[in-house]
Amino acid sequence: MWGFLKRPIVVTADINLSLVALTGMGLLSRLWRLTYPPAVVFDEVYYGQYISFYMKRIFFLDDSGPPFGHMVLALGGYLGGFDGHFLWNRIGAEYSSNVPVWSLRLLPALAGALSVPMAYQIVLELHFSHCAAMGAALLMLIENALITQSRLMLLESVLIFFNLLAVLSYLKFFNCQKHSPFSLSWWFWLTLTGVACSCAVGIKYMGMFTYVLMLAVAAVHAWHLIGDQTLSNVCVFCHLLARAVALLVIPVVLYLLFFYVHLILLFRSGPHDQIMSSAFQASLEGGLARITQGQPLEVAFGSQVTLRNVFGKPVPCWLHSHQDTYPMIYENGRGSSHQQQVTCYPFKDVNNWWIVKDPGRHQLVVSSPPRPVRHGDMVQLVHGMTTRSLNTHDVAAPLSPHSQEVSCYIDYNISMPAQNLWRLEIVNRGSDTDVWKTILSEVRFVHVNTSAVLKLSGAHLPDWGYRQLEIVGEKLSRGYHESMVWNVEEHRYGASQEQRERERELHSPAQVDVSRNLSFMARFLELQWKMLVLRSDDSEHKYSSSPLEWVTLDTNIAYWLHPRTSAQIHLLGNIVIWISGSLALAIYALLSLWYLLRQRRNVHDLPQDAWLRWVLAGALCAGGWAVNYLPFFLMEKTLFLYHYLPALTFQILLLPVVLQHISDHLCRSQLQRSVFSALVVAWYSSACHVSHTLRPLTYGDKSLSPHELKALRWKDSWDILIRKH
Amino acid sequence: MPPATGGGLAESELRPRRGRCGPQAARAAGRDVATEAAARSPKRPARGSQRFEAAGRWALLALVTLLSFATRFHRLAEPRHICWDETHFGKMGSYYINRTFFFDVHPPLGKMLIGLAGYLSGYDGTFLFQKPGDKYEHHSYMGMRGFCAFLGSWLVPFAYLTVLDLSKSLSAALLTAALLTFDTGCLTLSQYILLDPILMFFIMAAMLSMVKYNSCANRPFSAPWWFWLSLTGVSLAGALGVKFVGLFIILQVGLNTIADLWHLFGDLSLSLVTVGKHLTARVLCLIVLPLALYTATFAVHFMVLSKSGPGDGFFSSAFQARLSGNNLHNASIPEHLAYGSVITVKNLRMAIGYLHSHRHLYPEGIGARQQQVTTYLHKDYNNLWIIKKHNTNSDPLDPSFPVEFVRHGDIIRLEHKETSRNLHSHYHEAPLTRKHYQVTGYGINGTGDSNDFWRIEVVNRKFGNRIKVLRSRIRLIHLVTGCVLGSSGKVLPKWGWEQLEVTCTPYLKETLNSIWNVEDHINPKLPNISLNVLQPSFPEILLESHMVMIRGNSGLKPKDNEFTSKPWHWPINYQGLRFSGINDTDFRVYLLGNPVVWWLNLLSIALYLLSGSIIAIAIQRGAQLPAEVAGLSQVLLRGGGQVLLGWTLHYFPFFLMGRVLYFHHYFPAMLFSSMLTGILWDTLLRLCAWGLASWPLARGIHVVGILSLLLGTAYSFYLFHPLAYGMVGPLAQDPQSPMAGLRWLDSWDF
Repeated sequence: MWGFLKRPIVVTADINLSLVALTGMGLLSRLWRLTYPPAVVFDEVYYGQYISFYMKRIFFLDDSGPPFGHMVLALGGYLGGFDGHFLWNRIGAEYSSNVPVWSLRLLPALAGALSVPMAYQIVLELHFSHCAAMGAALLMLIENALITQSRLMLLESVLIFFNLLAVLSYLKFFNCQKHSPFSLSWWFWLTLTGVACSCAVGIKYMGMFTYVLMLAVAAVHAWHLIGDQTLSNVCVFCHLLARAVALLVIPVVLYLLFFYVHLILLFRSGPHDQIMSSAFQASLEGGLARITQGQPLEVAFGSQVTLRNVFGKPVPCWLHSHQDTYPMIYENGRGSSHQQQVTCYPFKDVNNWWIVKDPGRHQLVVSSPPRPVRHGDMVQLVHGMTTRSLNTHDVAAPLSPHSQEVSCYIDYNISMPAQNLWRLEIVNRGSDTDVWKTILSEVRFVHVNTSAVLKLSGAHLPDWGYRQLEIVGEKLSRGYHESMVWNVEEHRYGASQEQRERERELHSPAQVDVSRNLSFMARFLELQWKMLVLRSDDSEHKYSSSPLEWVTLDTNIAYWLHPRTSAQIHLLGNIVIWISGSLALAIYALLSLWYLLRQRRNVHDLPQDAWLRWVLAGALCAGGWAVNYLPFFLMEKTLFLYHYLPALTFQILLLPVVLQHISDHLCRSQLQRSVFSALVVAWYSSACHVSHTLRPLTYGDKSLSPHELKALRWKDSWDILIRKH
Repeated sequence: MPPATGGGLAESELRPRRGRCGPQAARAAGRDVATEAAARSPKRPARGSQRFEAAGRWALLALVTLLSFATRFHRLAEPRHICWDETHFGKMGSYYINRTFFFDVHPPLGKMLIGLAGYLSGYDGTFLFQKPGDKYEHHSYMGMRGFCAFLGSWLVPFAYLTVLDLSKSLSAALLTAALLTFDTGCLTLSQYILLDPILMFFIMAAMLSMVKYNSCANRPFSAPWWFWLSLTGVSLAGALGVKFVGLFIILQVGLNTIADLWHLFGDLSLSLVTVGKHLTARVLCLIVLPLALYTATFAVHFMVLSKSGPGDGFFSSAFQARLSGNNLHNASIPEHLAYGSVITVKNLRMAIGYLHSHRHLYPEGIGARQQQVTTYLHKDYNNLWIIKKHNTNSDPLDPSFPVEFVRHGDIIRLEHKETSRNLHSHYHEAPLTRKHYQVTGYGINGTGDSNDFWRIEVVNRKFGNRIKVLRSRIRLIHLVTGCVLGSSGKVLPKWGWEQLEVTCTPYLKETLNSIWNVEDHINPKLPNISLNVLQPSFPEILLESHMVMIRGNSGLKPKDNEFTSKPWHWPINYQGLRFSGINDTDFRVYLLGNPVVWWLNLLSIALYLLSGSIIAIAIQRGAQLPAEVAGLSQVLLRGGGQVLLGWTLHYFPFFLMGRVLYFHHYFPAMLFSSMLTGILWDTLLRLCAWGLASWPLARGIHVVGILSLLLGTAYSFYLFHPLAYGMVGPLAQDPQSPMAGLRWLDSWDF
């Protein structure tokens, strides 16, 4: 018990001073004058508004990526005590004093700084020399584009950090595997791989690329493990199970956790409510919830309802009618029924109210006890303000001539009978006797006479229809489409028999009681789905570029310009590193092909262990570049230079690997080796020189004369801002 | 397990064929060959029975072919009206007969063959093919339908032979043939004037000849080897020539060839020269030959279609000059642009059209209320503009002035000829593309303001050069705002007569939207030159037509509020396509896979993945498999793997496509999936029989299993055949209908 008294307590610390030095330099380069410029720089304007939403706990929807990235930035704001009050409207706007710029930019900067020592570690874990590892870290340190991107409130540096962390921890795990499987550190690194992958995915969908790469590498290694006949079947099974849990289950759980926290944090209704379904909106505080709170759940004959289209494109809207009729003759000469218009209207309005009527009875009030409407029931929909009923007939719709016109029926006594019976179909029913529920039920209205389905066509009516959206009866309902599905949003039991009284009732807000909540999974699925399918339409941008321009750095992005002087910040890479990175990749590919072909003919140029090292380094670094770059060719969205940065870091990791390989295996004499080393040193100093020359554009701290700026414009395609005086 | 009983199960049909080529597995490592041979031919039958057996094989093949032809040609003439896409492809066949130029997003071979079939069968190209449902009446359409059905019928024997070669098992081949013969979807798709039967014919021909040349690998450079290799190349050219989907089978053959060459390269008994010969042979037959044939189809296409037709507007001015009847054909116009010239200006992007203006103003609230400027696809007087100097309004056509050419970098004014208004832009947002500036017609009789000045620039040329008609790629840069004249390609609402929006974009990116060329050019003071000098060369028109096709394909975008078919619908046979008829009085044909076949296929893929991975893991764990099982698992992994690859390549790329997709896109993949089903069930049943060898009835399991599958598909075909051969009478919801009770999914509407 007192054993520790008998022996002295000894702490031995192994401190790799170069690692410490690298970390120090990384921190210095990323954190130096972090609050400068004290103005909104480029995409900060975009992320900033979401940080404000987090601070104010207001729900928002952003299609650019999962919420973890935004939450990391918001954490910075939280730590700095940001209250969220800043109008993020313009790049270049000066920050007010309540914005803690330093702490907002701190986390991305730390992530960027830590990438430097991690590059060192990764190359070491790949079993390359200390020199090569230093090289990789030093290249990361002086890469201008990485510095610019980490010093601002942006997400790429955090993404790169988690990408590198995933690679590093997998390598650590893989090296543990050889001597001590199932040890504590083995478990630690394996789990950390899964966690890092899931964080990367949580920051941007792009993180998926690295995750897939790690899964592929892990799968190949697992396949070798299966082939290892010295292990027992049980042992192999345990190995596979551990990998499956760490690399598949943990990431999924974590990803869900991000959304869980996101939805817990954002509980107030906000500007993007409209995109979400009524049920989702009702789960937020304020907004629709205030209106729907306490509504009766089951729709009964006599209920007053508003009907929202579930698809909601081009804009979310409600079924609507008003006094005006369809014009007798359209502009193109076709005729109409001249009956009352039925449209879809994107704003709340008293004309959005409809009464669900039992065709067999006359009264428009809910009887007591209420008779709920079920799947398959025949209903009439009576417009609340005009008491005309929803009708469709074999007349071409105004803008979609292949569909039927939908109107509110006016009897002109011209042998055009009312066809106002609709059969209710609940799409998401559990059984065929389900009751029509407010908000929760998604229903279709099938016309009894013509079996047309009530549908939002998506076209805007001309001036006579006040540019509201066209509603049609779709005859050839080819399958399920959300534009034919509706749900009840506001609902109350109608009580007034008299029209005048009813109108007053319709104008007054609905009030009763009961509250409902969606489960987390339902909210998660809806939010995720909306994020994936939301398309921002007009996305042309002055600084967008195509993937082909990235490899050779033919493009840049002007991030910020000082309001008075010509100090400016650009996303502009160190061109020496970019070009040599691409060269190294080409050399790697050619050498590998050469070795493979020679091996096939039974000529082994490399010793087995050197070959395995070469292959693993290539799989992770060249593979990392490929998975992070090539998919962009298939994407149709607007792309920017910063999308290339994750791929670039993998290229930077590959560079020293290739250099060391050339020196070790291709230089035949000591002399050649010395000459080669000298060349490498010369090359690195030129990279340093370029980095230093571009420094004013990276930090934006020095105002350059137009002449100097012109001198920096090494490529015609670079857009460097020169003030005309 | 005792190998003797296992051997007894390996019926004589498992023996390698006595053909000129050995089993495909001969390429496998020597050990496999030995075990397989041991497993497959335990006892050598007598010579006489061998001959008898060969005759039996031929008879079986003949039976399969006959059945396939019989089902495809049965009631081919029905219905006697246009069904579904016949309206397109029949029309395009007619264009070939009439030799008028048209545009389609697919390469020409398929439509050319349809046209040829129609021509040979006496169709004169006069039927209009206006819309589905139009009666053919006296027009001869059976030649074209018969041709498609003829090619479609070959799918079954091709699949039969492919599976036979891959699995060496008659029962597997028979099962595949039955699945395809009795699939209502394949049947329907083969009975009409469509590209799909032609495409699938070439795909299956390529697959078959690839498998055949693989099995000739032990006798390289022999006559059959060359035959099958070059046949593969020819079929690839055919597949790509019909639709770009043919790329997938090219990919498959390519992967197979690379693996093959890799294997040969690692064979140290072959000298590098021999390997080089192998490589050259493949380059010749699989790259050079198909490319030559593919180019040849385009050469024929351009040669046959020499008259101007509905496709002109999609192509560049230089291209149109080739077509007789087009106003650019044999035209002679001045070559260099001069001040005072009357011109039309065409956007270089496909299907944008000519710069256009007319006497209508932008409506209230949309930018400044000035005259509209749009682009318009058709030729019209309102497309004419006059080039003027920016600073003088004098008439340059006055004979006293010398001719002054317009040069790159000049500041000009473009005056609309009909309305005498200047092309104008200003800081108002454009009607649809809000980030761009509005372009209008402004000024009275050519007098406007400085916002009418444009700098004319030729892409990739030096300042001061003259500007050539048709050849020069021009950009017009607005002097005051610095923006570039372009068309966004968006359709204006009713007020703009549904013409396309013209904007001035402040983003100086070089896209085709903002590049123009001069097409018509009238200037009496200049000498005319013949346009034939400017005629593009064959490689140029080949390239251009490909660009236009690719753009056309990616332009087929689904609309937001419409139901569209999604790739995940297809394998589960979620929804079919209406070929003809809607109401209960119509003759209705509904393209839908035979659900029994399709769901069996789906099940088989899952089962294959499961059993394949179990076997692969067992082998990787070093399990010692008995000879019989080892042989069967080789069939499953190699043969099945190849077919599975085919299914993957023909299915998954559709998930990445942005264009509109239809149910029938799945059918090439479905062929591969049926072959997989054949191989899988045969192998599994054999494995089953082997596993239960101690049980007396074990031998029967295989026979009974295969027979019940065959009969099951045949019976389901009996049930569902009205889908393909046509139904009249009440719809399926009605208990009176012949199809009552067969609507197993709500989404099927027949």
